[in-house]
Amino acid sequence: MADRAVIGVFEDVQSAADATQKMLDSGISGDEFDILSSSPFPHGAFGESERHHNLYVFPLIGAACGFITGVLITAGTQISWPLVTGGKPILGIPPMLVIMYEGTMLGAIIFTVLGVLFESRLPSAGPRVYDSRITAGYIGVIVQGDEDKVRSAGQIMSEAGAEDVKFDEEGKTINLLEEPEER
Amino acid sequence: MQERVIMSDREINNELLRSVFQHPLRFWVGALILGLFVAMFLISLGWMLYWGLAVTGLNRPVYWGFMITNFVFWVGISHAGTMISSILRLTQAEWRRPVVRAAEVMTVFSLATAALFPLIHTGRPWRAIMWVFPYDFMRDIWPNVRSPLIWDPSAIFTYLTGSALFVYTALIPDLAVIRDHSTGWRRTIYGIMSLGWTGNTRQWKLQGIAGILISALILPVFVSVHSIVSWDFAVSIVPIWHATVFAPYFVVGAVHSGVSAVLTLMAGMRWFFKWEKFIRPEHFDAVGRLLIVIATVWLYFFFLDFVFAIAANETRELAVMERRVFEWPFWFLLVLIVILGYIVPVGLWLRRSFRRNIKAMFWSSLLVNVAMWSERFWLIVPGIDRKYELKFSWSFYNPQWVELGLVIGSFGIVAFLLLMFSKVFPPIVLWEEKEGQRFAANVRVGQAVLPAIVKEE
Repeated sequence: MADRAVIGVFEDVQSAADATQKMLDSGISGDEFDILSSSPFPHGAFGESERHHNLYVFPLIGAACGFITGVLITAGTQISWPLVTGGKPILGIPPMLVIMYEGTMLGAIIFTVLGVLFESRLPSAGPRVYDSRITAGYIGVIVQGDEDKVRSAGQIMSEAGAEDVKFDEEGKTINLLEEPEER
Repeated sequence: MQERVIMSDREINNELLRSVFQHPLRFWVGALILGLFVAMFLISLGWMLYWGLAVTGLNRPVYWGFMITNFVFWVGISHAGTMISSILRLTQAEWRRPVVRAAEVMTVFSLATAALFPLIHTGRPWRAIMWVFPYDFMRDIWPNVRSPLIWDPSAIFTYLTGSALFVYTALIPDLAVIRDHSTGWRRTIYGIMSLGWTGNTRQWKLQGIAGILISALILPVFVSVHSIVSWDFAVSIVPIWHATVFAPYFVVGAVHSGVSAVLTLMAGMRWFFKWEKFIRPEHFDAVGRLLIVIATVWLYFFFLDFVFAIAANETRELAVMERRVFEWPFWFLLVLIVILGYIVPVGLWLRRSFRRNIKAMFWSSLLVNVAMWSERFWLIVPGIDRKYELKFSWSFYNPQWVELGLVIGSFGIVAFLLLMFSKVFPPIVLWEEKEGQRFAANVRVGQAVLPAIVKEE
């Protein structure tokens, strides 16, 4: 059976938390629902599962790439035109260190940002369900799964006081660049 | 004591997005006035590029004058962003919330403005690419990586890129807010810029980690940038410049001028956008206390510069130091620097009533930056106009209107860019304000009700 999705839109944090607790009690696991909000909440505020990521690998890779680039630029340029100045060695290590250091940091920062975007799954083609009231302070609870699970979750959220419960259109994603029809 | 105003997410959106969605008359008046300063800069630049460096006061042996002073000054101002944003984010200081984005954006724009000056002061800036860009454009000649003039672009490029990426990463959630509140082409553009952000748990977790991680990465860059700029002077053999104290001295001076500039910006934002609920006297109080420490450390390094010259006991260095202390106009600048850079502002900041007075903080922060600009000039010019031993090589630097136009215009450029930024993006981080509201609580202790902050460990 194809996966479906439903979003419940709640006006306040407590009713959203009550809804997620009821879903956990009914057998929907913390991996099967997600919370949408316009600002971060403390971990576990809604009983959601820990989201694992590999972000810390990215700055290390970026630093290594940046370091190598710094070495290539500094050593490469000095070897390319091997001019002896003041009897000093062709490869001057102390001045090379400055550019190698900057290259390392630049690589680390760029790869960190790329890592944040990658791990956040951005850019995104569009969610299965969304409500623009999320950015106005509402809490969205999304459940994805088979038809029965989604219907059950929708029912729980309605009973828990959701302002609105919306189901996805089968096989479609929401285009966030388009105005929603109900505006 | 915190004087927090309780606001809902919707109220925060409405207040902080006013600058983006509304177009009051004062915005257009501000844009026009600042645009005139930008025009002043462009006219001065055009005049100089057309007629050559002869229209400036630069001449043998003073090849570094107002333009390089301005370069060092703006690099110093750029240290504001990292100091306020990164350090306060890492220490989880709650009062950072209304000022982080403005400080980071000021970093980006002041750094970009600073980077213009070493290029335009060459007289033929298009040729700079030949010896800066790491490629041999002709005859196998590559950039000289042993020169601090090559370290500078690498450091500034790293800091500028890092700061810009830092601003953008934290901006993504706010771009999604603007997307959801917009229609038509605006919605499309903000939608593209927000990359499809929906605000799920994973995205917020990574946003929090990104703030800490990028802050930690950019802090060493922040220390290195102004150290490298100081080495433009310190690795030379010009008397007075050639001192090992320059790196920490410049960094502390940069922090002093940068954080003072943030104070100016805070007062300006509070007045211009009428954000009294967000930028409160408690924020000025906190920055003022921080500045007392920074200013005192700066004064110590300022004094150390004299000690290094006296301890070295080199004739030429002592001669230049005597010139800086006893000859006009440098003795006047010295007095100005100490009085306006330390005595007056710190004297004010030591009193709590002054720290919580917005006007007093605004004017004292401006005094600091007048002093710091003068300090850069006082550091740079006296050494080089007596650079050579024989008197027929001595000169007296006489800045011309072109250089004045470039310097004054540079202030207009930074302010203009900040104003334009506020038109397109919210200068205060919406999601940080909302998070701050969430973690705020009132705690009753006996008969007193105290504002408190709760933190996730």
